[in-house]
Amino acid sequence: MTTDDLIVRARGLRRDYGRDESLVRAVDGVDLDVASGETVAVMGPSGCGKSTLLHLLGGLDRPSDGELWLYGHRIERSSERALARMRRKEVGFVFQAFHLMDELTARENIELPALLAGRSPRAARRRAFELLEQVGLQDRAGHLPSALSGGQRQRVAIARALANEPLLVLADEPTGNLDSVATLEVLRLLERLHDGGQTLVIVTHDERIAATADRLISMRDGCFIDETRLTGGSRGHLGELIGLDA
Amino acid sequence: MGKLLLVLRLAMKDLRRNPAEAALLLMAIASAAATLSIALALRGVTDHPYATTRAATEGPDVIAAVQTNSSAALAGLTALKHAPGVTRSSGPYVLDFPTLVVNGHQDPVLVEGRDTTPATVDQPKVTAGTWVRNGGVVVERSLADLLDLKVGERITLGTSQGGYAPGQKVVGPTFEIVGIAVSAAVQPPAISTYAHPSGFPQPGLIWATRAASERLALAMGGPFGYTLNLDLASAPSAPSFVAAHQSGELSLISWQTMATKNGDIISIEQTILLTGSSLLALLALASVALLVGGRMEQQTRRVGLLKAVGASPGIVTGILLTEQLLLSVVAATLGLVIGRFAAPFLTNPGASLLGTPGAPSLDLSAIFLVFAAAIAVAVIATFVPAVRAARTSTVVALADSPRPPRRARLSITISSRLPVPLLLGVRLASRRRRRAALSAASVAVTVGALVAVLLFREHANALESESAGGLYRFSGPGDPLWERGMDVMLVFTIALVTLALVNAILATWATVQDTRRSAAIERALGASPEQSGSAMIVAQLISSIPGAVVGVPLGVALYSAVGRHSSTSLSVVGLVGVVVAALFTVALLAAIPASASARRPVAEALQSETI
Repeated sequence: MTTDDLIVRARGLRRDYGRDESLVRAVDGVDLDVASGETVAVMGPSGCGKSTLLHLLGGLDRPSDGELWLYGHRIERSSERALARMRRKEVGFVFQAFHLMDELTARENIELPALLAGRSPRAARRRAFELLEQVGLQDRAGHLPSALSGGQRQRVAIARALANEPLLVLADEPTGNLDSVATLEVLRLLERLHDGGQTLVIVTHDERIAATADRLISMRDGCFIDETRLTGGSRGHLGELIGLDA
Repeated sequence: MGKLLLVLRLAMKDLRRNPAEAALLLMAIASAAATLSIALALRGVTDHPYATTRAATEGPDVIAAVQTNSSAALAGLTALKHAPGVTRSSGPYVLDFPTLVVNGHQDPVLVEGRDTTPATVDQPKVTAGTWVRNGGVVVERSLADLLDLKVGERITLGTSQGGYAPGQKVVGPTFEIVGIAVSAAVQPPAISTYAHPSGFPQPGLIWATRAASERLALAMGGPFGYTLNLDLASAPSAPSFVAAHQSGELSLISWQTMATKNGDIISIEQTILLTGSSLLALLALASVALLVGGRMEQQTRRVGLLKAVGASPGIVTGILLTEQLLLSVVAATLGLVIGRFAAPFLTNPGASLLGTPGAPSLDLSAIFLVFAAAIAVAVIATFVPAVRAARTSTVVALADSPRPPRRARLSITISSRLPVPLLLGVRLASRRRRRAALSAASVAVTVGALVAVLLFREHANALESESAGGLYRFSGPGDPLWERGMDVMLVFTIALVTLALVNAILATWATVQDTRRSAAIERALGASPEQSGSAMIVAQLISSIPGAVVGVPLGVALYSAVGRHSSTSLSVVGLVGVVVAALFTVALLAAIPASASARRPVAEALQSETI
């Protein structure tokens, strides 16, 4: 597989905070390849650098050292403007805290990335309705986030991440704030995305989510300590596997 | 004691943690306190100044004067001493009208020849030095203030071939200024309106000895005229006495007219000063409101956190209150010091015109009022978030956004058709309408004040080119009245613009504080730093544009009300220029916090904020 075939390619990725005695190495020499359509789960204890890694992959933060390619383009030295363009077109984010705009309805939240990408309001709205239907929230289009349950908010957040049909979706603890039922809803949605060929990198504490991935990477103290290929293990049998399916 | 210490330590810690915010809050409250101090100092100056001066100087009920040296006119004037109703008199005194040369100025002045002993009527109150003596003259305080004359300086009083125009060679004797004094006596219109080319409503007045005055008269081909001070049995009947004795050569003026004349002069100046002070106070209040609004979210979350770790509502309120009280006490002290030193500078021109003895001062009641006001502002500002936080559940107070922004459906719909910076900017502006209104008001006040100042200048220039007269005629640079008027306006313009600039920064800063999370989300969704920063500027401009537009008629109305002129108008280009310059400045200043915010790493802003 060449660099151009990969969605993500990282070599010796490092992220330091502070200096001298207060130096903290949040990500320490990570190598990572993510192929198109692949779902990679990253697990590890709190503070091991999972979220920082995700921020680096999505261009929200810059590495202290190392090389990073996204869809064949080196991005670690890209300008802020180029990174913003990349996030707009090629990356979708899903956050543990949802990070929806409080004053926008579900539909308007989903429309926002499309509008930022320069799509017409009509096209953005059409896409938002499609995604609302995909995540099963077409009847909640006009609701503000405050009127939605946690699971519904996260489904809106996932729909928003897909608004510009990104090459890569980065999910940071997508079920971290959810109860069991809502977790199941989100798991099913992620599984559907996986089945649809969406490339996903999911940072999680939740083994049930990790079980749905093609590959599971364990992380500790900023380093990858283990990697397991899981393809075929869970797809189609999610409910049984996690014991939540009725 | 333990709790008190804890409260104090936590309050001090928070102040140290946010030094920039504390400094801004300090500056805003200090500005308001300083403005209030100046206004209170002015109060002492404006309280019945003429009556005070009249009482302190045995002011005449009527002044009579002739502007001729004929013996018949002098006899007519002297006869008034025995007119029915007259109880006391002083004079007649010789009046000369030479050119005063000092400190590069050449100004026509009235010189009144006086006895070295106090007169029965009109005893000018010496505020510095001594009364007239051989070789020494006393300068009326308004003139001394205008020309910055001090006791011990030497002046020339003489004549020139080319009249009073600057640069003409003046020949005449020199005198030492031995004293500075105030008087309630204003010369009658026939003399005073003739007198000063600057439009000064009365000529500058200098008292010399009778001998010196007569020598001056001799050198100038005779006296300019004579003046006589009269006290009547019934002071209120002075106008009818004037009406009964006014004749062709004889000019009389009643104490009531003198009071009105003084009042006219000072009312305009005081109106400018008081209007300016009020505008400053409004802007300072807007500053405090913007700052408090900006800190509201932090304060609410801080209260939530303190409650979560077991602090009682009393301790929570105590911490917030102590913090603000410390700031307000320091700010009030600062404001009083600034006010104490600024007030004489601003009021001195008025005081010198009034001839009131004593400088504006801040008494105990004024000091108490300033402290009370500063503390009240701080307490009110603290009370609102404390009550809000107390009412909010601890969980909600600790949430990412304890104060959800307002949803503006129309703005959201319309903005979706706009380019990204406008899209984000319009939505930002509509999130916090109260803040937008405060920004608009701040800009309206500033633009209004600038338009009014420009209209004043335009009016002054017009008068200069027309060489017209009148109470407020500015003759041009170099003229004391012109310079004083321009100084007062310049001080207020600088103060107003400074506070307006601070407000522009504060409004954007408050927006940055408030939208830290949403701006980070937008950046995560693909908005570039430039788009995000531009959106902040657009949001600031959206609220400033209506303010700038409203400011134009506001300024014209202000100018008409304060200046009592309506004939002057600025060109459309001038007005548009003011509006554009104001908006450009707002955009420029908004760019400072906006670009700082846009540079902040997105990942950091997206993390859950800790208190």
